[in-house]
Amino acid sequence: MRKLLNTLYVTTPDAYLSLNGENVVVSKGEEEIGRIPLHNLEGICTIGWAGASPALMYACAERNISLCFLSSSFRFQTRVIGESKGNVVLRKTQYRLSDDEKESVKIARNFIFAKVCNQKWILERATRNYPMRIDVPTFKESSKYLTEIMKRILVTEDLELLRGLEGQAANRYFQHFNELILQQKDDFYFHGRSRRPPMDNVNALLSFSYTLLANEVASALETVGLDAYVGFLHRDRPGRASLALDMMEELRSVIADRFVLNLINKKIINSKHFLKKESGAVLLTDEGRKIFLKAWQERKQEQITHPRLNEKIPFGLVPYAQALLLARFLRGDAEEYAPFLWK
Amino acid sequence: MFTTENNESDYLMLSGIQHFQFCQRQWALIHIEQQWEENLKTIEGQYIHKKANQPFLREKRGNKLIVRALPICSHELKISGICDVVEFVRHPSGITLQGEVGTFIPIPIEYKRGRPKKGKEDVVQLVAQAMCLEEMLACDIKEAYIYYHEIKHRVSIEITEELREEVRKMIKLMHQYYENRYTPKVKTGKFCESCSLNNICLPESLNREPVRKYMERFLE
Ligand code: SF4
Repeated sequence: MRKLLNTLYVTTPDAYLSLNGENVVVSKGEEEIGRIPLHNLEGICTIGWAGASPALMYACAERNISLCFLSSSFRFQTRVIGESKGNVVLRKTQYRLSDDEKESVKIARNFIFAKVCNQKWILERATRNYPMRIDVPTFKESSKYLTEIMKRILVTEDLELLRGLEGQAANRYFQHFNELILQQKDDFYFHGRSRRPPMDNVNALLSFSYTLLANEVASALETVGLDAYVGFLHRDRPGRASLALDMMEELRSVIADRFVLNLINKKIINSKHFLKKESGAVLLTDEGRKIFLKAWQERKQEQITHPRLNEKIPFGLVPYAQALLLARFLRGDAEEYAPFLWK
Repeated sequence: MFTTENNESDYLMLSGIQHFQFCQRQWALIHIEQQWEENLKTIEGQYIHKKANQPFLREKRGNKLIVRALPICSHELKISGICDVVEFVRHPSGITLQGEVGTFIPIPIEYKRGRPKKGKEDVVQLVAQAMCLEEMLACDIKEAYIYYHEIKHRVSIEITEELREEVRKMIKLMHQYYENRYTPKVKTGKFCESCSLNNICLPESLNREPVRKYMERFLE
């Protein structure tokens, strides 16, 4: 597997990024506040209105370093993409299948199968790890329910139906989400997803982790030569990285949800790390972001055994491994796309 | 000397022959899917460029004329590349060379870092080089050498008609794959461990259980 390098997260709102020799230099006004050699980096993610020089953008594109800009509320703004890598034939295949609804379903259902499967195993794990703290019978029942949905997904030939099944599964899974929060329950209560903007602490954490994950998946897809904007489940919409969203479905719960639960349950983050705006929107404080990003980085370094490749890789390379598997399927090496399934 | 009258952008890289002999899939990953080609091409490109300004930088040693990094190609085979070294040895049955008195036999020599390999990959590449030279110089080449750095020794290779035929067939197949942009699936093996494209090829996934079965295992 490829080497997992660092991602530089720039959280200082008015920092400016520029290139100096082989280094990225972070400065604030006239003052240089940081400097890192580019060859140590896999990605740069700036949060707030930090700008970057065209020379740096070019250097990143050339070296396949993803450079992305998030707003101060962690919404994805834009990403710098270099010349597309690899063969045009791969992308043409991607476009052809994406235009063909029948073919699209076959790929989309594997994404969704894995999404539900991974949700199910999060519930199953909880019954094993915390039998004294959760209501095991209802968890078991939901797990069974999700298994039934998985079986139906496997034979679905229709995108609308697939979306319906996905929705049913998500509902059931999120019903239990609050029970998966085992610590700091007064400050972290989950009563449904709120996105734009997140209205509570849990949603603020989920939104941030989904944004980071989406960006990592999009970069991974482009690294292997795929077009992150042309999807199978999510149809094309200007400016939407549809394929990245497709692939994110299967990774959301195992990567992002578990990460967020961990932050709360291990008390890595607490209520002091949040700001409530007049509008009710909840934001992470500067301190909160730093803790979040540090933990996110550490999480990426954790080793896992990839269930399909049977190879030990850092967690952070899972999006890359899946992008490779998707590319290999599109090139005709495999009869189906093998999604990431996690027990 | 190096005409561009043919559509040379369709020419395959001579250096790919060793990849193709080692593993057809590896060749396709590098040369068709361009998983790596950029490096290869830029390196080779720079090389040609540097030497192109002084195409026949000759060194005379006794009865030999030594030429290094010689750009070569075959319009018949539609391949192009570089010969590490060609020695032109004075010999009565040789060919004449522009600007030189007497006749010479050309002998291509390929330099390899390691030691002689079990497989034939070095040999077929050398034979292809010889075939390019034969076409460019209108001559016959009967013998060529591979110098292995590790054993500090050159190994003589006889350019037989069988080897030539083998190379012709190989290159024909390479062109076919290239036109169809086809990356073959191959039997994987121990040799995959030493393959630099292991991670992109995912040989493991070629041999694994069907995806459907893999998914069904998670239904329990
Ligand atoms: S990993 Fe094995 S099968 Fe794949 S390209 Fe390399 S040698 Fe060929």
